[in-house]
Amino acid sequence: MTTMIRALLGATALTAAGFAASAQDTTLTIATVNNGDMIRMQGLADAFTEETGIALEWVTLEENVLRQRVTQDIATNGGQFDVMTIGTYEVPIWGAQDWLVSLNDLPAEYDVDDILPAIRGGLTVDGELYAAPFYGESSMVMYRTDLMEAAGLEMPDAPTWDFIKEAAAAMTDKDNEVYGICLRGKAGWGENMAFLTAMSNSYGARWFDMDWNPQFDSEAWANTLNDYLDLMNSYGPPGASGNGFNENLALFQQGKCGMWIDATVAASFVTNPNDSTVADKVGFALAPDNGLGKRGNWLWAWSLAVPAGSDNPDAAKQFIAWATSKDYTALVAENEGWANVPPGTRTSLYENPEYQEVPFAQMTLESINAADPTAPTVDEVPYTGVQFVAIPEFQSIGTAVGQTFSAALAGQMSAEDALAQAQALTEREMKRAGYIE
Amino acid sequence: MARAVTTQRKAINTLIAWIVGLLIFFPILWIFILSFHSEGDAIKSPLEVITSTWTFESYATVQERSNYFRHFWNSVVISVGSTVLGLIIAVPSAWAMAFVPGKRTKDVLMWMLSTKMLPPVGVLLPIYLICQNLGLLDTRIALVFILMMINLPIIIWMLYTYFREIPGEILEAARMDGASLREEVIYVLLPMAVPGIASTLLLNIILAWNEAFWTLTLTAAKAAPLTAFIASYSSPEGLFYAKLSAASIMAIAPILIMGWFSQKQLVRGLTFGAVK
Repeated sequence: MTTMIRALLGATALTAAGFAASAQDTTLTIATVNNGDMIRMQGLADAFTEETGIALEWVTLEENVLRQRVTQDIATNGGQFDVMTIGTYEVPIWGAQDWLVSLNDLPAEYDVDDILPAIRGGLTVDGELYAAPFYGESSMVMYRTDLMEAAGLEMPDAPTWDFIKEAAAAMTDKDNEVYGICLRGKAGWGENMAFLTAMSNSYGARWFDMDWNPQFDSEAWANTLNDYLDLMNSYGPPGASGNGFNENLALFQQGKCGMWIDATVAASFVTNPNDSTVADKVGFALAPDNGLGKRGNWLWAWSLAVPAGSDNPDAAKQFIAWATSKDYTALVAENEGWANVPPGTRTSLYENPEYQEVPFAQMTLESINAADPTAPTVDEVPYTGVQFVAIPEFQSIGTAVGQTFSAALAGQMSAEDALAQAQALTEREMKRAGYIE
Repeated sequence: MARAVTTQRKAINTLIAWIVGLLIFFPILWIFILSFHSEGDAIKSPLEVITSTWTFESYATVQERSNYFRHFWNSVVISVGSTVLGLIIAVPSAWAMAFVPGKRTKDVLMWMLSTKMLPPVGVLLPIYLICQNLGLLDTRIALVFILMMINLPIIIWMLYTYFREIPGEILEAARMDGASLREEVIYVLLPMAVPGIASTLLLNIILAWNEAFWTLTLTAAKAAPLTAFIASYSSPEGLFYAKLSAASIMAIAPILIMGWFSQKQLVRGLTFGAVK
């Protein structure tokens, strides 16, 4: 018995010791996503600490968990984070709510004018820059040069959807598990709806008209969804309704996809010989169009912002200025090579002759420049965002619509039913939110 | 009288038990296998995964990238702290309910259990705001108290069940011999209930160790336990299966080892009083 009491007392002492050890110096707490560029930054951040004496604590989370955590923190003014990694969807909404600290006073040597205009536009609200881009991405076509050649076709730099259909048909060899095209099918506003919304822009479709009426009953949306389903059902891999970025990446790297239209960041993965069996057989092209003046590519930037609840806004700004500077780019190039530099944020990077030699550099820049978040589609729209609508309600509406389209891909409902359901649920939610009567 | 069981029936039962056991264990086995492969190999078909080169690469990367021991220590403090605190409160409560039950004891027990029926997200905002106002966000003390409160109904119920199996006459005899209430609980009741208390302790440490909703929601950098360590290796854009598997094995290894060494105690406690 005495032993047990001792054990309990020991455990209590252990807990008390734990609390005592929790007192730590003030540091910057940075919430970030788990991707290659961010992890690389963590590895190089000692240079910042040595330079400034500011210690850094990292909270690395999966994208959706991070979004939930930082939203909760910023909405309650929790102050758990000094720097947050957020996307182009959050910045306009949070900036308008005054939840973020303005970065307009960054020092002159930061050279804010060097940031790519399309990216900067997506991070600015009423003239205030609320986040600095760490890396930017668009989407493009990645294709197997050997299969394209075997099919007797040549991929143009700027293909049309008709060519994509023709090439997908020619490259498909289901007996050998080679599928002409791999596209996202997993439901979610950042999953299949990112792709389908961007695709719909090139078909002239839009989410809402200027009075916020949903437009899923339009011919443009019907054409978008029918073509997507036709492509995927005829030439796509089996079980595509469960495929997101990672599933398609795995298929492409194993040589099972002829073409894959997805984030430009994938280029560095599919050309990496350590992981990809097709590393030396990959070509790149702009996302397809239909001759309507808009391409089916998106625009996204993971950016660093300071929440209004931070106790150390000046130190946080100092860190952001370091992590998104030209000097940081040079530091990465020196340590890891130019191919590993965070892409898509600064004009000067694309003017650098050494960076121009990276195989996917030019196509990434052209893809980013081809997207305009303020005028994403052919007709005028009341919202900003290329593959999303920058309103707080979009996450739930986008995911619900994504579920109906994913169900259509899985064969659980027809395209017409999916569109009708999408129209009805979007109308209901927009009425509830007070956008329409 | 014992029922006669044929050898054939015994063999079938054993086979079924093995199949069920393997099915339950398979995900952990697969995570273990994936953790010893490169990211490129981990996404291949199962047969190719097994035949490809085995490597410690993922463990090395995880070790280099994360402060494992800080997360581990946080997990130890939170799980042990919350369980011990829970036991300190639950032992007297369970004693009272088992040996001096009142009219409403059953109702109180049911009410306590009913708190487990509410989804945690239902009280997320109030608890988050309370922690924020008390300055307890990202602290271990907040998690110790919250996990203690979450597991308290289970601790009390388990102890209550064990205490009910102990004849009240023995405690009465102790009282007749002049034992005070404190002496009666410490020197008579607790030694008899050791298997039950030990299994309650072990089970609740495991529950607290694996708790992922509150530990992810209320922590940032300082108090994040191993659940946050695992969560940092998942990604919607990029290959992560091997590193995530390595992180998962590193996170569950301590509790698996503890469970392995204490399984006799755990089973004894869990089946305590099951056969009359």
